[in-house]
Amino acid sequence: MALLISVLQRIGYALALLIAVLVLNFLLMHAAPGDIADTIAQDMGGADAEVMERIRRDYGLDLPVWQQLLRYIGNVAQGDLGYSFFFQVPVTDLLIERVPATLLLVITAQLLAILVGVILGVIAARRPNGFGSHMVTLLALFGYSAPVFWTGIMLLICFSLWVPLFPSGGMQDVTLEGGLFERVLDVARHMVLPVITLASIFLALYSRLCRASMLEVLGADYIRTAKAKGLSEGGIVFKHALKNALSPVVTLAGLQFSAVVSGAVLVETVFSWPGLGTLALQSILARDTPTILGILFFSSLVVVVVNLITDLVLRLIDPRIRTGAA
Amino acid sequence: MKPMIWRSLAALTCAAIISPALAADEPRRGGTLVQAIQGTPRHLNPAVQSGIATGQPGAQLFAAPLRYDENWDPQPYLAESWETSDDGLTVTLNLVKGATFHDGKPITSKDVAFSIKTVQENHPFKTMFAPVESVETPDDTTAVLKLSKPHPALMLAMSSQLLPIIPQHVYGDGQDPKAHPQNSENVVGSGPFKLVEFSRDQHIIMERNENFFIEGRPYVDRIIMRIIKDGSARTIAIENGEVWLSAFEQNARDIARMKKSDKLVVTPEGYGAIGPLAWVAFNTKKGPTADVKVRQAIAYAIDRNFILKALFLGTAKEARTGIHPDSPFYNPDVEPYDVDLDKANALLDEAGYAKGDDGTRFKLVLDYGWASIKPPAEYLKPQLKKVGIDIEVRASPDFPTWAKRISNHDFDMTWDVVFNWGDPVIGVHRTYDSNNIKEGVIWSNTQQYENAKIDEIMDAAGRETDPAKRKEMYAKFQQILANDLPVYWAYTLPYHTISNEKVMNPPRGIWATSSPLDRVWLAE
Repeated sequence: MALLISVLQRIGYALALLIAVLVLNFLLMHAAPGDIADTIAQDMGGADAEVMERIRRDYGLDLPVWQQLLRYIGNVAQGDLGYSFFFQVPVTDLLIERVPATLLLVITAQLLAILVGVILGVIAARRPNGFGSHMVTLLALFGYSAPVFWTGIMLLICFSLWVPLFPSGGMQDVTLEGGLFERVLDVARHMVLPVITLASIFLALYSRLCRASMLEVLGADYIRTAKAKGLSEGGIVFKHALKNALSPVVTLAGLQFSAVVSGAVLVETVFSWPGLGTLALQSILARDTPTILGILFFSSLVVVVVNLITDLVLRLIDPRIRTGAA
Repeated sequence: MKPMIWRSLAALTCAAIISPALAADEPRRGGTLVQAIQGTPRHLNPAVQSGIATGQPGAQLFAAPLRYDENWDPQPYLAESWETSDDGLTVTLNLVKGATFHDGKPITSKDVAFSIKTVQENHPFKTMFAPVESVETPDDTTAVLKLSKPHPALMLAMSSQLLPIIPQHVYGDGQDPKAHPQNSENVVGSGPFKLVEFSRDQHIIMERNENFFIEGRPYVDRIIMRIIKDGSARTIAIENGEVWLSAFEQNARDIARMKKSDKLVVTPEGYGAIGPLAWVAFNTKKGPTADVKVRQAIAYAIDRNFILKALFLGTAKEARTGIHPDSPFYNPDVEPYDVDLDKANALLDEAGYAKGDDGTRFKLVLDYGWASIKPPAEYLKPQLKKVGIDIEVRASPDFPTWAKRISNHDFDMTWDVVFNWGDPVIGVHRTYDSNNIKEGVIWSNTQQYENAKIDEIMDAAGRETDPAKRKEMYAKFQQILANDLPVYWAYTLPYHTISNEKVMNPPRGIWATSSPLDRVWLAE
């Protein structure tokens, strides 16, 4: 019952949040100087006054802002995100086209980062002042501070140009002929470099966090008790300590997921990955308002849903949250 | 075994000796050409969308009446011959017989008339076909264009991506041609390649049109245009052999590096009609730059050679006028404004702007709108300081912001890049025409420059059918502009075409890869 109420409450907040996101983004977009007519003119190498006026009229940009806003919110409420000014197709279609590619990239990178991050964190926490720990810290800080496009291009130069193991970009080799298995393998090959690049940012956070929280847990009384009981080292670390140390990592993973678009923009651009990030960048540069709003709307939806899931997962792994005691 | 080796060795030797001649003579059929393009086109129909993003695939999918060789001479394409009447008011096109669209229906003069009408109504370059009053179609392969005045620019406007012949039975179905669903999928074209798949931000796949109206062409089976927006990633794909052709490359460092590769052919040729010019535009109505002496002084203060050599590593060419140096109308005999700081100072003194106590005469804001012209923009600040002009460089976060500032005339000076688009009537006049001072329209006469003499020359040159006389008129035009200097022309964009050594006959005309690639073939 408490769970149900809390979920309902959260859905209420989420709706309010989504409307606020829509209104705010809409107004921000309109506060920026220039509009789609300028970028279409740019794309075309110039246009005369009549053409520009016609573009603005066609897209309803000659109406007062509040009228445009009301019309937009009304449409969204009916599940219609509008037409992309730039591509002249429904925004929903664009999103459906792009979301799978981005999710594939981001989820794989997240899982890789969590897995490797936790392992590195545990290694580092076992001997906090040892060589291994310092190496992990170094690696993590390097991955975190290096600009992601730089990491991407360096990986490309090393593993696509010098040692041509992986393709330079894209999601699939269109010249490939073969069955499903070959095609899955091909996508996997295209994923390697972008996933590593994207994971390198998250890796630092997870390994540092896991290390810190492991250190805290390993110093706790119940670990001493476990040791006194004569449990094996591995059992203590993985069964008793890690399980408790994980909850901040899960919370962070949830938060990081909101970076679905923001984190992927640069990686997708460098690797020509046909996902939301590429679309977002393109739409922002083109002032394609409906598409940008659609992407932002979708991202806020993701954040809301993921936060809800994070809460539920935390309840599962941490009984203290379940019972409401802290 | 032995004879085999001997024979292939002999063949190799021969090929090495006579390969250039052989290469030109015996094109090989087959293969897939992978080309990189830099952005996703809005759609693939150049009749209603200008620009190179649509033009590169568009010129493969649709044929135009004419094509141009590298000497700016029109060549037959869909029109096997054409003639202009003595008074210049009638242009007759005789179409190739038996040509068909990708759906098998014949290409007729009615489709030509329909295409011209569609371009007239929807294309942003209104001057291209403005004088065309009607298109008569006495029979299926004859189209007669009736003009209200002689219009020599018509020839270039009927080439490349500017006049794609589109089927009336598809695009004339009453839907808005700008938003027609078949602009992006199930495209029914007239060109050497047919659309297989257009996947936004990924690729455009096209296959050989088996029924192309030129016998035996095109040579390659497929063209895959990969959309790679990131310049570094594109360079890597070219260098590791994934991509065999890429045009409109303009990063000086990447070009310089790729020139060193013996597997790549790098050339700046073939961009004459595209005609990209980078310049500093002045606000001729407001502030110190309203004074022609100030504009000339600024021009004398800028060291064009520094820009060309240091900032662009010699990859860009010098531009002295509003017409691209590769154009037959280019007049190099104008005041080049070679750097001369004394002259610049003298002109500024003359204009009445004495140096203040801190050595500064006045302050100007210099705009720029996108990252690739940041270096020349930043360069002007210390350089103009030398003659006492304090420059504030104002970057715009994105194109629309810049476009709004400039098109509303809210600027002192700005770096800009404008394309010639073939004939001066199409892409040059718009910058200097006093009737084209249009608030809110970027790449109109945003300098607000007014000179009745210039207007007069443009009007006369636009209708002069004798090429020699026309050339003279434009020579005069460029001279007057160089004195009035509404714009300081600096350099041509360092566009380069990069192709793998295996790509034979890469496009070298005047439209770069915005032209049909039917003559390209791939060596084994």
